[in-house]
Amino acid sequence: MAGMSIRRTLRPLVGFLTVLVALLLVWEAIKFIGGDRWHAESVLGTGITIDHVPPLKLPFATDVKLPHVWAIVAEFGKLDAEGTTTAARLARAAVFTLRNAAIGFILGSAIGLGLAIVLVHIRMLERAVVPLIVASQTIPIIAIAPLIVIGLKADWFGVAIVSTYLTFFPVTIAALRGLRAYDPRALELMRSYAASPAAILRKLRLPAARPYLFTGFRIAAPAAVVGSIVGELPSLIQDGLARQIITGMQYYSLDAEYLWAAIVVSSVLGIGVYLLVAGAEAWVLRHERRIDPATA
Amino acid sequence: MTSPSAAPGGGRRPVVEIAGVSKAFSARGQGAGRVEALVGIDLSVREGEFVSLIGPSGCGKSTLLRIIGDLTSPSSGTVTVNGKSASRARLDRDYGMVFQAPVLFDWRTVLGNVELPLEVMRTSAQDRRRRALDNLALVELADFAGHHPWQLSGGMQQRVAIARALAVDPAILLMDEPFGALDEMTRERMNLELLKIWDRTGTTIVFVTHSIAEAVFLSTRVVVMSPRPGRISAVIDIDLPRERSVDTREMDKYFHLVTEVREALRGEERRDIDARRVAVEGLSG
Repeated sequence: MAGMSIRRTLRPLVGFLTVLVALLLVWEAIKFIGGDRWHAESVLGTGITIDHVPPLKLPFATDVKLPHVWAIVAEFGKLDAEGTTTAARLARAAVFTLRNAAIGFILGSAIGLGLAIVLVHIRMLERAVVPLIVASQTIPIIAIAPLIVIGLKADWFGVAIVSTYLTFFPVTIAALRGLRAYDPRALELMRSYAASPAAILRKLRLPAARPYLFTGFRIAAPAAVVGSIVGELPSLIQDGLARQIITGMQYYSLDAEYLWAAIVVSSVLGIGVYLLVAGAEAWVLRHERRIDPATA
Repeated sequence: MTSPSAAPGGGRRPVVEIAGVSKAFSARGQGAGRVEALVGIDLSVREGEFVSLIGPSGCGKSTLLRIIGDLTSPSSGTVTVNGKSASRARLDRDYGMVFQAPVLFDWRTVLGNVELPLEVMRTSAQDRRRRALDNLALVELADFAGHHPWQLSGGMQQRVAIARALAVDPAILLMDEPFGALDEMTRERMNLELLKIWDRTGTTIVFVTHSIAEAVFLSTRVVVMSPRPGRISAVIDIDLPRERSVDTREMDKYFHLVTEVREALRGEERRDIDARRVAVEGLSG
């Protein structure tokens, strides 16, 4: 049993790493075929010198546009004028962004779920409000973010609100579906107990909605990170990842690796919160029926 | 066929009184207009009785049960439960319901499932636990209190559903083909268990089934129903000794009663076929 469950958690990880390595190999293969000249004296102290001139000249594969993987890795250890490493600086920025994303995620999930609970109980309102909710998401976040952040005249809180704006939508849609996903016979059972709508919500609708809610949360969590970064942009808040990405863009021709490092940190953050939600889901739903041919 | 007043348990106060109940559904498509699911149902169930409703599919036996339980309302007629309207009785939590599927909540333990109706009724946590455990003991599942429903067999799950229905001390237990999804051997064992529970609790039971053997074995009275439109065509008193066991199924009396119920059902079938033949001949002639 234990061996099975370890294998079950390791298998997706192995798959992920395989794909990651494959992507990096393709990356370097492109550089090998069409990038700038490869030149390294005594690689890792082995005394082997690499000198390779790629046969093609691909415009997007130059060292400025597509730095070597190891150059991006090395960037994390680079020191700035104040003596902090790029890794430390990006990590500090990531913590700031993550905090706002977390606040946005919690607020957005609460609003999304609350909204769905109201809407499933008032059918008429649902028909009126859902199109508006959908429309709210068609407005580019870049247009909305300045209105919120500058309008609120608050720094990190405005950022969290932008994050909320991106988060509530997937949660609302998932909850609208989930709150109706109960077994109709179970509703009949609750009716035979003369259960109040509140009791039906608490004891049947919400528990039955949980798998759907987690699907919403899985989409919402990385969106909260994106919302947080985009929210920092309009007033160029100094403490978050947006500032680091902008810096990376400004110095791109001098230090392309810095932007790539900032991008790596941003996506690690996104993947991290996604995995956090997936882990929470596995824990919360640990007692649910397994999809098992013996019991299905 | 005997009149209901001569039924075993006669003289006890009636728990359910059904008078002139009809139910029509408006049929979708086919331009069929309205389907008469039930017409002119009169039935009285006394305290402590075990009444089975039997009939072919479409005879409205489940609909009648749902009307008694106020899960649907009759088009006309009245249902009185414990001297109250059915909806009042439901609000007073007089019912225990068991469906064909156990309908247990996967996210709750077996104990949590049995506690569910008590939670809805806001019974104190202590009382809730005690009553749930008592009823789990009654269906001999006390050892499985901490399990989750999907870890149990179909028969065990249905026993949990029975414990859950009994947890509220219902005045009347309504069972809609509760053992219909179980295999024959499990079903016979469950029949014996149900009789044991009925014996110990003295609850009034209305039981829907399409198994003649099951109806005769369990009941004090069998109500035979026929379709198109759904109505009661016979009420048969089951005057077997109240103590029933595996041996009951081998008694002559049991065979006679099974035959009587079967003929009542078949008679209806024959009449139904005759009626249709007459209708068809009427059309062609």
